[in-house]
Amino acid sequence: MALKIEKDHQRFRQIVKGKIRKDLRKFLTRGELLGREGERTISIPVRGIEMPHFRYGDNNDAGVGVGDGESGDPVDGQDGDMGPGGTQEGQHILEVEVSLDELADILGDELKLPRIQPKGQHSITSEKDKYSGIRTTGPESLRHFKRTFRAALKRQIMAGLYDPECPIVVPIRRDQRYRSWKTVKKPQSNAVIIYMMDVSGSMGDEQKELVRLEAFWIDAWLRRNYEGIESRYIVHDVRAGEVDRQTFFRIREDGGTKISSAFHLCRQVIETNYDPNEWNIYIFHFSDGDNSSESDSRECCRLIREVLLPKSNMFGYCQVASAYGSGNFINVIHEHLDKVEGVITSRVNTKDDIYDSLKTFFGQGK
Amino acid sequence: MSIETKRPDLARYAREIMEIAANAGLDFFETRFEMVDFDTMQQIAAYGGFPQRYPHWRFGMEYEKLRKQHVYGLGKIYELVINNDPCYAYLVADNELTDQKLVMAHVYAHCDFFKNNYWFSKTNRKMMDEMANHATRVRKHIDRYGHDNVESFIDLCSTLDNLIDPHSPFMRRQKQPGGGGEERMSDERHANRDTGGFQAKPYMESWINPPEVMRRQREAALKERQASRGRLPEQPLRDVLRFLLDHAPLEDWEADVLSIIREEAYYFAPQGQTKIMNEGWATFWHSRLMTTKILRDEDIITYADHHSGTVAMSPGRLNPYKIGVELFRDIEDRWNRGRFGKEYEECSTMAEMRKWNKDVGLGREKIFEVRRIHNDVTFIDEFLTPEFVDRFRMYHYRYDPATRRMVVVNRDFKKIKQQLLFMLTNHMQPYIYVVDGNYANRGELYLAHKHTGVDLDIKYAVETLRNVQRVWRRPAHLQAMINEEMVLFSFDGEQSQQQKIHEDLPKPAHSL
Repeated sequence: MALKIEKDHQRFRQIVKGKIRKDLRKFLTRGELLGREGERTISIPVRGIEMPHFRYGDNNDAGVGVGDGESGDPVDGQDGDMGPGGTQEGQHILEVEVSLDELADILGDELKLPRIQPKGQHSITSEKDKYSGIRTTGPESLRHFKRTFRAALKRQIMAGLYDPECPIVVPIRRDQRYRSWKTVKKPQSNAVIIYMMDVSGSMGDEQKELVRLEAFWIDAWLRRNYEGIESRYIVHDVRAGEVDRQTFFRIREDGGTKISSAFHLCRQVIETNYDPNEWNIYIFHFSDGDNSSESDSRECCRLIREVLLPKSNMFGYCQVASAYGSGNFINVIHEHLDKVEGVITSRVNTKDDIYDSLKTFFGQGK
Repeated sequence: MSIETKRPDLARYAREIMEIAANAGLDFFETRFEMVDFDTMQQIAAYGGFPQRYPHWRFGMEYEKLRKQHVYGLGKIYELVINNDPCYAYLVADNELTDQKLVMAHVYAHCDFFKNNYWFSKTNRKMMDEMANHATRVRKHIDRYGHDNVESFIDLCSTLDNLIDPHSPFMRRQKQPGGGGEERMSDERHANRDTGGFQAKPYMESWINPPEVMRRQREAALKERQASRGRLPEQPLRDVLRFLLDHAPLEDWEADVLSIIREEAYYFAPQGQTKIMNEGWATFWHSRLMTTKILRDEDIITYADHHSGTVAMSPGRLNPYKIGVELFRDIEDRWNRGRFGKEYEECSTMAEMRKWNKDVGLGREKIFEVRRIHNDVTFIDEFLTPEFVDRFRMYHYRYDPATRRMVVVNRDFKKIKQQLLFMLTNHMQPYIYVVDGNYANRGELYLAHKHTGVDLDIKYAVETLRNVQRVWRRPAHLQAMINEEMVLFSFDGEQSQQQKIHEDLPKPAHSL
């Protein structure tokens, strides 16, 4: 039985993606997506796919049930489940499963992000079979009809058996051609993302939520572009330390801020683990921009220029708005690293800025 | 794949069960079982039970929903039966043997119902082929007029697919416009026919049909007819799709697509009208046949588990399988013991009623009669008794604004029955009529909702009206009662508006 539903299903997915794309700005700000981090698919409520019908409204709030209960007792099931009209058409919103890769593609399409050109040597190679060759033996299912025909035609012409008036071509055993595969080694490019975050007293929950959202989408997009990807997480106040992902988003410290501590640690992490010739390195720093001293800020700029930037594809600085502090660090960067390629800054004051921030970071395809 | 080639062992059981079912009096079309894996089953279910449908994404959406239900363990499809001659039924290949036997017994009863229930009598019994033809036709239109055009037209039409009149297959067809056929009767003859009076012996005629009254009635009918002459439609029309087909300015391919959607809607309509009965009947027979003839010792546990799952009722929900099967059992029991009729109804004491047994043994005959002539509405109306409602502890519930929950109102028989009947009537679809096809003499379409106690959903109504307009291509209106006020929704192709109906608005050709 040849069912054709696959096509209908694909078309449906296409429509869903279109809807998501239209509402992308909203999706980018949805905090609950974060609960699903780590899963390969997330379920997204999509509006406006269900087809409208003339139907009864919600003042039809009565029904018949069975079981115990006195007058006035609440009924557990919310609606009387009678007939197809009852339950199904009430769902205005459809939950659709979408994989993170699909979501990243939609993000890339909508933000017009260019695909990233990986740089440098590619360390790990993966093997893949490709049907690119032709052989004279093989299973019938792989027979290459055109080549077979051509071989037969050639043989018949050479043997003088071909009559243009009556162009019958009959392939024989040795005319048969089959597709065959070659194993190709495909270079795989690897990337590491190093996230650094200021966790000093001035970074509140609201700020961290913004960082988490921004990091979620950075992660999704980079994962779409690299096969092998690793993430490292560094937090700092006046000292820096490396932590795991969970801790990174939850930790809360007090005290001052010394951004350069994180940059030093970042440099160590890179030097011990990631050879810039083999890895695409992405460094993101999130902070409210309130550094302890002007001199440390200048030290940071020096580190970025002389140490971090030469090793990495990009240094991204994302400043979230905070009620405390000067928020001056971004200005210092602008001052000292103006028009330095590879340094990208963006401000995220509310969730709505994430959309533009992502565009700023990845707009150049690095 | 056919059961014969794939599972000869099951085919043997199928033959055995077929004989048992036939001996029990069930009368079905030839039934062909196909074995499929569960994924194929979901695909077929998404296609409404058919292996082929025209291409449209909503089937893909349905498929995705079913697949998700399966993943979350919320629903499992055991069987699908198609109302067709021969009847096709699908079995999931990796189900247990006991389940397969149960499903087969269930299927034969469904087939019997399809074949013999009056409400299915006008359905196309070659629908399997017809669906495939529809698919081919739509694909042809897609090749010719482009995928997007055809798809968006199907999008429009399938939001209107409930605008049919499920009773119309049983009525004599209206004259097809321009189609010749029935000769046009003069208004006088119509008026005479409509007011022919009651049948009466000649010597009673002048009393039963007094000439003076008859004359007045005839005149009134004649006036009515003359007044309606030139109105479009001549009567308020529930088959909105038919009206659109006949009068909307459709391209040939559009008319074809719309007629396909209408035809399929009519095919599926009886299944909505007989959900309780159909499932009840199938459950009644699988239970009867399994427990008396088919089950072997080793099947008992699996059977009991599966059957009780089928008929389980959670509080607050009515399970059509359960209500259906219990009503059929109740009817059989009542007619076996003669618990019906005037004498029984007039018993003076409850004790007498309870003891009542005349041993008339009419039960079997009665349930077969019921399955032949009733649909869910008449079934509940006729056979739901206060004793039944009491036995199954049924109650009537309603939304309570104070607690914002559904709360039990009471166990009043009348109220429960009324609510059930309301829910079943037109199977939860509102009644929408075309009342004017040339509204205000501007070629605008005027629809009206017949209010039966519940308002239309405004948001959906506005959306759907837009689609009506897109098919009609001239402004479309919908008259509906919202919060006890008559409101006119309009869409002229660019913007929607709604207004209270007031005196200055032009009147449509018919009022509801």
